[in-house]
Amino acid sequence: MAKTTGKNIDIKVDYVTRVEGHGNIVANVKNGKIEKCEFHVVETPRLFEGMLRGRSIFEAQHITSRICGICSCGHSLASIAAAEDALGVVPTEQTIKLRKLMLDYEFLDSHVLHAFLLVAPDALGVPSFVPLVKTHNQTVRQILRLKKAVNDCCDILLGRHIHPITAIVGGWTKLPRQKDLDAQIKIMEGMTAELEPLLKLAKTLKLPDFTRETEYVALVSDDGEYPLLSGDIGSSDGKRVSRKEYRKSTNEFIDPRSSAKWTKWNRESLFVGALARFNLNYDKLHPKAKAYAKEIGLKPVCHNPFMNTMAQVVETIHCYYHALGILKDLRKNGLDYSQEITVGVNEKGAVPVRAGDGVGSVEVPRGILHHNYVTDENGLIKQANCIIPTNQNVNNIEHDFAKFLPEILHMKQDDIRLRLEMLVRAYDPCISCSAHYLDVTFVE
Amino acid sequence: MKTAKKPVKTPAKAPKAAAKPKVAFFDFACCEGCQLQITNLGETLLDILGAVDVVEFREAISEKWDKDYDVVFIEGSIGDHHAEERLKKIRARAKVLIAYGSCATIGGVNGMKNSFELDEIRRSVYGKDYKLFDSTPTKAVHQVVKVDYFINGCPVYGPEILEVIKHALRGLPYTVPDNPVCAECKLNENVCMYERGIACLGPWTRAGCNSWCVNNGNICYGCRGEVSNPSKAAQDVISKYKLKPELIKNKFDMYNKCKENDKSEKGK
Ligand code: SF4
Ligand code: SF4
Ligand code: SF4
Ligand SMILES: [Fe+2]
Repeated sequence: MAKTTGKNIDIKVDYVTRVEGHGNIVANVKNGKIEKCEFHVVETPRLFEGMLRGRSIFEAQHITSRICGICSCGHSLASIAAAEDALGVVPTEQTIKLRKLMLDYEFLDSHVLHAFLLVAPDALGVPSFVPLVKTHNQTVRQILRLKKAVNDCCDILLGRHIHPITAIVGGWTKLPRQKDLDAQIKIMEGMTAELEPLLKLAKTLKLPDFTRETEYVALVSDDGEYPLLSGDIGSSDGKRVSRKEYRKSTNEFIDPRSSAKWTKWNRESLFVGALARFNLNYDKLHPKAKAYAKEIGLKPVCHNPFMNTMAQVVETIHCYYHALGILKDLRKNGLDYSQEITVGVNEKGAVPVRAGDGVGSVEVPRGILHHNYVTDENGLIKQANCIIPTNQNVNNIEHDFAKFLPEILHMKQDDIRLRLEMLVRAYDPCISCSAHYLDVTFVE
Repeated sequence: MKTAKKPVKTPAKAPKAAAKPKVAFFDFACCEGCQLQITNLGETLLDILGAVDVVEFREAISEKWDKDYDVVFIEGSIGDHHAEERLKKIRARAKVLIAYGSCATIGGVNGMKNSFELDEIRRSVYGKDYKLFDSTPTKAVHQVVKVDYFINGCPVYGPEILEVIKHALRGLPYTVPDNPVCAECKLNENVCMYERGIACLGPWTRAGCNSWCVNNGNICYGCRGEVSNPSKAAQDVISKYKLKPELIKNKFDMYNKCKENDKSEKGK
């Protein structure tokens, strides 16, 4: 092992690539002593919470979906849940079932993109998927086909995947017909051709061995279903609060170096995302997902943040079977098309509005997401608050850095940089959601 | 769908490689959904990758390029001083610049920021620390630098992306549709939202999305920007359905607030 005493390092990675949005890593080491190892999220603040003020609560889904393209289904669902909570609207069972299907698609799409297209290059030692087009052409095609397949399912159910059209407050503007269900089932069943080899490949990914105990936060529930759309906010530190009390779990503070708000709960930092859900709700995963986890030796409680990617792969399997289950159930039992709703009926007062304060907490691919709206008696938003998974994780990433950097300090500067970038990527940060920027600085 | 495999002026049997245009993507204030629309093209993406050299695409790849670009895609709107400078630098290195997605072409949802007094809205989000975060009124890309091609939509519409890429790579002009969404909506035989008692921005909004939202039971929100001549039909809608102009204006501001920045100029 190389000597680390007297070592000087100055890493600055502007705009970490292959993450959603912009983040910077800055690491300075002087005489073997770490002076700085930070992860900054800096982007043009988009001020959504401010812009929402004065808009109708019925427009909130459409607007907040645009916080982030890749998370648009998740934002839509959290927004709808918050709006319905504020208005006192109770969705039907059919509506909920379809929302769960929508969320499954969101997980499939996002996890496939992250685990395979964005992280696999690290594991295979190339800078991006572009060289893989030559060396692993089949694999790249499988990933793109898989993404396209999920996207096609979304097109049928939602009108489009990015910024879904049909899912709104109160229900669905268009419900899938039998032929639409058939089409989705056909696409899903066809996916195994792509999914199987990719799952095999994922087993060979070599991820750094690193552990740091932290607090894992995710939705928890008392029923047997892996909770993604509803439940209470739970913690691996044994706490549980209702979504109305989400602020207890997300004590926000502003870090002046980034345009993001940070959070903590029962200790210095917390982790949200696939690994948190896996750690808290392992028992409720689909048996096939559990079997895969066993095969790759992933078991709760896992404290290696790099394994978040593998937890995403496990969830991919879970969501695949869960979605297929919903589709088949709907095909068998049929839908009630009288539940199709017309958008904008509130213009004519068809939906009674009231002053309210509503919270929607939903698990999205990157972790738990909260939307909170306060409305006046005309249904206009007075105050809005959106707490994004990545912002909850940034603080944890920095704490990981503090432990990880000394462990890899003997490596070459480029390898250190790569590992710090990999660590950030493992969290699948969505900086479009929170902010936009990543900087790593090294000088030797 | 076939994409242009050869850059401009190359005769039928083009010399291979070398001539591939250098293409780059840059994002500013946006949700990056328009970039993602590209990965959603599936294997067609590989056809495009075969025809061009993608030299920067931060979201998907790590390679970096420090020379000139043949074609750049700009996603997002401009909302702080740093962004404005960065955009000007990119323009200086780009032969062709494409404003990509509504945030870039019309300011899009980011324009709603301009409905507020700047310090007030910053304070409402960041509290007393608001000065830590630079912010300027939202501008569309053409309000800062010259734009060669516009691809509207929030998000952009797949078939149109391919269409514009083909034109741009061949150096041909692309004309953004300037008829209203209603034209497409009628062809799609949707029941008009006004018949259902709901206000829809179709009569004012540029077509090209194949009336995407209305086909799916929603209204048009005006995401593709205003037609240069809202037709008589739009006026008729206002009078026939006794609409309050404020209602339409308010709906329109969701995407089109930045239009106020170029009141004096015409069209694009
Ligand atoms: S135009 Fe819409 S989809 Fe495209 S980047 Fe902007 S907000 Fe996202
Ligand atoms: S007003 Fe809307 S629903 Fe009616 S024809 Fe035009 S686009 Fe279609
Ligand atoms: S229907 Fe209107 S809001 Fe929807 S995509 Fe087309 S232009 Fe945009
Ligand atoms: Fe996001």
